[in-house]
Amino acid sequence: MSSELRYTANTQLEHLHARYTGTGHADLSKYDWLTHQHRDTLASIVGHPTLLSYLAIADGEATGRVKFEMTERMLQPCGPPPAKDDD
Amino acid sequence: MHLYNLTLQSATAATQAIVGNFSGARQQEIIVSHGTRLELLRPDVQTGKLSTVISSDVFGSIRSLATFRLTGGTKDYAIVGSDSGRIVILDYDPRTSSFVKVHQETFGKSGARRIVPGQYLATDPKGRAVMIGAMEKAKLVYILNRDAAANLTISSPLEAHKNSSIIHHIVGLDVGFENPMFAALEVDYTESDQDPTGEAFNNTDKLLTYYELDLGLNHVVRKWSEPTDPRANLLVQVPGGQLASSERFDGPSGVLICAEDHIIYRHMDAPQHRVPIPRRKHPLEDAERGLIVTSAVMHKMKGAFFFLLQSEEGDLYKVTIEHQEEEVKALKIKYFDTVPIASSLCILKSGFLFVASEFGNQQLYQFQKLGDDDNEPEFSSTDYHSFGMAQPTQALPRAHFRPRPLENLALADELESLNPVLDAKVMNLLPNSDTPQIFTANGRGARSTFRTLQHGLEVEETVSSDLPGIPNAVWTTKVKEDDPFDSYIILSFVNGTLVLSIGENIEEIQDTGFLSSAPTLAVQQIGSDALLQVHPQGIRHVLADRRVNEWRVPSGKTIVAATTNKRQVVVALSSAELVYFELDLDGQLNEFQDRKAMGSTVLALSIGEVPEGRQRTPWLAVGCEDQTVRIISLDPDSTLEPRSLVALTSPPSSICIAEMLDAAINRTQPTLFVNIGLQTGVLIRAVLDPASGQLTDERKRFLGTRPVRLIRVQIQQQPAILALSSRTWLNYTHQNLMHFTPLIFDVLDYAWSFSAELSPEGLIGITGSVLRIFRIPKLGTKLKQDSVPLSYTPRKMLTHPTNGYFYLIEADHRVMGEGAAAQKIQEMRSQGKAVDEEVVNLPPEQFGRAKAPAGTWASCIRILDPVEGKTVNVITLDNNEAAFSLAIVPFAARQNELYLVVGTAQDTFLSPRSCKSGFLRAYIFTEDGANLEFLHKTETDDVPLALLAFQGRLVAGVGKALRIYDVGKKKLLRKVENKTFSSAIVSLNTQGSRILVGDMQESVSFAVYKAPENRLLVFADDSQPRWITCSTMVDYTTVAAADRFGNIFVNRLDIKVSDQVDDDPNGAGILHEKGLLMGAPHKTKLLSHFHVGDLVTSIHKTSLVAGGREVLLYTGLHGTIGILVPLVSKEDVDFISTLEQHIRTEQTSLVGRDHLSWRGYYVPVKAVVDGDLCESFARLPAPKQSAIAGELDRTVSEVLKKLEQLRVTASGF
Repeated sequence: MSSELRYTANTQLEHLHARYTGTGHADLSKYDWLTHQHRDTLASIVGHPTLLSYLAIADGEATGRVKFEMTERMLQPCGPPPAKDDD
Repeated sequence: MHLYNLTLQSATAATQAIVGNFSGARQQEIIVSHGTRLELLRPDVQTGKLSTVISSDVFGSIRSLATFRLTGGTKDYAIVGSDSGRIVILDYDPRTSSFVKVHQETFGKSGARRIVPGQYLATDPKGRAVMIGAMEKAKLVYILNRDAAANLTISSPLEAHKNSSIIHHIVGLDVGFENPMFAALEVDYTESDQDPTGEAFNNTDKLLTYYELDLGLNHVVRKWSEPTDPRANLLVQVPGGQLASSERFDGPSGVLICAEDHIIYRHMDAPQHRVPIPRRKHPLEDAERGLIVTSAVMHKMKGAFFFLLQSEEGDLYKVTIEHQEEEVKALKIKYFDTVPIASSLCILKSGFLFVASEFGNQQLYQFQKLGDDDNEPEFSSTDYHSFGMAQPTQALPRAHFRPRPLENLALADELESLNPVLDAKVMNLLPNSDTPQIFTANGRGARSTFRTLQHGLEVEETVSSDLPGIPNAVWTTKVKEDDPFDSYIILSFVNGTLVLSIGENIEEIQDTGFLSSAPTLAVQQIGSDALLQVHPQGIRHVLADRRVNEWRVPSGKTIVAATTNKRQVVVALSSAELVYFELDLDGQLNEFQDRKAMGSTVLALSIGEVPEGRQRTPWLAVGCEDQTVRIISLDPDSTLEPRSLVALTSPPSSICIAEMLDAAINRTQPTLFVNIGLQTGVLIRAVLDPASGQLTDERKRFLGTRPVRLIRVQIQQQPAILALSSRTWLNYTHQNLMHFTPLIFDVLDYAWSFSAELSPEGLIGITGSVLRIFRIPKLGTKLKQDSVPLSYTPRKMLTHPTNGYFYLIEADHRVMGEGAAAQKIQEMRSQGKAVDEEVVNLPPEQFGRAKAPAGTWASCIRILDPVEGKTVNVITLDNNEAAFSLAIVPFAARQNELYLVVGTAQDTFLSPRSCKSGFLRAYIFTEDGANLEFLHKTETDDVPLALLAFQGRLVAGVGKALRIYDVGKKKLLRKVENKTFSSAIVSLNTQGSRILVGDMQESVSFAVYKAPENRLLVFADDSQPRWITCSTMVDYTTVAAADRFGNIFVNRLDIKVSDQVDDDPNGAGILHEKGLLMGAPHKTKLLSHFHVGDLVTSIHKTSLVAGGREVLLYTGLHGTIGILVPLVSKEDVDFISTLEQHIRTEQTSLVGRDHLSWRGYYVPVKAVVDGDLCESFARLPAPKQSAIAGELDRTVSEVLKKLEQLRVTASGF
């Protein structure tokens, strides 16, 4: 996205980002991107019954347990965020 | 290449189940979601058996299901949340026996996405609203109501979104007739995403939030939100609200929060109650491990209610709430029983519990008692300080119980389910079988099985008795028209007839009026109370008072064929004449004045049953030696006048006219079919036009090597046809559609219906000199299953090339091996701790094994005899080793002696994948393969996930490395290695010097081994990343593979590249070629691609019909068995893909998923036609059928014939 557009379409874009969680933007940090990816993946595993069964069989756990642990992991899938530079 | 996908058996996994009065009748039914299919089950309250009413493919992925009933209604609706981005309300219409979409509201994108609702559904118990939620943020509320005409209406959605909050569960609160409320279990990640110290993460609360739908303002508000146990995972509705009549409260309202180790009762402005979840008192229990509830059900009875919660171990707990009006006095929990771990539990009002087991067969249990007065310890919230909530962050002291065999429940019925299928093999191993069987490794943990699947119906034999001679025919007959059961069995021998009476015993009787000195041609109960016997010399009409009227054949002639029904008799004489008799109103059999000369010896005759309310059936079919079948009128105006003639390819051996219902031809009325069996073993089925007597819509089928004999029988009070050849086939109507399935039974020479008090729906048959009475218990199934129990989850299996044994490897994660467990118990004993023997020795098939920490494995190698159906030998692995792969290798260095190589790993962790050491264990076969002798083991640095014999050596995928090993005295010797693979090698295939390597994440690569330089080189790979699960070579340049997301695809290598690689003598050319797109120098091309909807676990190139075309057969994790049939002509491709296009527009998915986008879920569908969709043509309404057929320039029957032909020639199903 060109910088010019970023200023004009800013309000609209912010609105869209608020509406569609998980969509990226040009200034997305690596951590944010990765966290979104992981949350999407985890949600997808829970949402597809076959994938959930597959993981449950591999891990020797009940599907209910796998679903619970996957949902729990969505809170912070990639560890705490990196410290911000205060400059 | 164009492929045609056909599902032979759809997925049988139960991902969810709901109960309700879906047909509106008093009886309750169960709807089970099989992931991509909805099935309506009806339990028979008397017998406790479940029967399938309908089952329909939804062409989408079902994620949630809920029962819904409008206030004051008597009929339940099913609400479906799926990956279509739509909410769908389904109504079961018992008249047409189908699901009808009442409403379909779009709210978002398709796909199982994070913020698109569909994952959770919660309904208001009073039937006013429904909430549909996503994994994160989005929650929509729809108000449901009825309009003036009492139709269900749906509002536009009201949003109850909350940004950055992950949703764990949603449930509807029971608030009586106050504003509808929903409770959600949510976690907000805003703060933890901002805090680099991780403190916010640790302090994140799990919130129980109430959303109130204000019906007056048409708005949803967040009413109340409070932190609860951070490990809560499930909410259960607690009854509430006042009864209008008595002002008494149904219950306290609120929710049960199921958390790790605890159950909490919670409601707004009310004190909490907390009890621990009792744990098994098992010596091997892992004390570190928490216990969660994975499924729950609430049941309301008159004036009372209780909950059944199931833990992840399978234990059911009964939870009760003591309350006074709205105030909760105590929350109590106690152990109830142990059943398989369920994805859903359903309690029926008739006293049954349906357990939709997450893996393996599904069960229906009957309640024996409700566990009210037994000695189980009960844990009440009143036993703890401030109802267990004195220190909410601290765990309560642990409660324990002793698991025991079922006491409160009794198993009533079981539905067979293949789920999960982990590996399969297709081959013909069973004796006396001309079609291959499918052998599958199923199940999880101690409930695992090895199953043999055979195409055909299971037969249950009740009686088998030897006869003095070899009869050539058998009949049964009633004595009077309105008798409920048969009275006589008549056996015809070469020189006589034997009559047996059916009573408490089956014994010979004499004075029946039947001629016993001659063979019999036909037996019939005729008129109201008379019997008829046709023998070569005449017809005996035995009246009720034992008087016999006999019609004698003119001298010098004999009767060669006869056919009868309740009012008509036709016989054919040796002089090629037909004689026709009809019963008059006085019960006299009258001969028609003319005899009809046929001009050719008659071989077979058939008339149908007299239609209800008629005097006669108007059609007679005559098969003659001149290879023709003629249809002759029996109408009084045109008696014995020929109407039509069909020429055959060989003389007919048998004919059978039957009126049967086939909804594909006529939905409302039975169709008159003429079945013609030929001496060559071919069956021709044609439709008889009732107006003109013409035969149309002929379909052929090869039944076996013997001349076909056809017999009309009764199955489920409907006419069916038994076709006897070298196999026995049954043609019957099930769920309004015609089925044609072989019986898995010995060859029968003759058969007939058999109805007696003990077996009202039986069949009787003869094989040689043995009389057999049998029945068919499971109509509608196509595959018969025989299973052998296994100890642990099967991983892979192989067959020995010569001895026919199966070699299986089994491994279970988080389970202690037998040796380790015994040692630990021994240790405990020696420390003087008491060990509860009874609990240790509980059968693991029912109770499972004690859970151990991650990284613990139990594993074994099993030798199995598939013919006998039993385990021959088991070799357990110790030292926490688990087997992951196996191969049978003829090592060239040992004169091609066969070795079994098993790839194992010690102390394996799955995520991230690591192990202490991998091993390749070499065994030699002893006792003709019935035992294995351990030779040596070779250490590897990673887990060997794939092994394969290759040119007298072993090729192994060890983690990321592809290696070739040769056998040595003390170890396997590494010869060459290639380490260019990115994640882990999971599948290997070979032809010649080519090896196809399937990578866990990076699709299939082509590698070649160049022996002169001892080089192992990758020369081609795929342009797309794929998470391969299995692959097979279709030919030298083509590979069919499947990935983890339910796709199946075919890749092909350019033939020029293939030749060029083969022509390169030492691989120097490939070695110096430049890589393309950061990979191998060449790329394979995608030929076809299809989304199956089930995770494919094995693909086989095989032929299912003797001499038939080769197809790709695949098995899916959830129990799907399907085939991909190559379409041979361009014409077929055009026809079938145009048909698919048309049906796509007509037949919309039940969950509102667009068919094209479903089959192209991840990659657009390419060159594969969905046969399941095409076959739904038969269920379309007639006008739509003819419109589509018209577009294709064919008739409806031609389209149906083509579809059947595709199925039959490819699969024989």
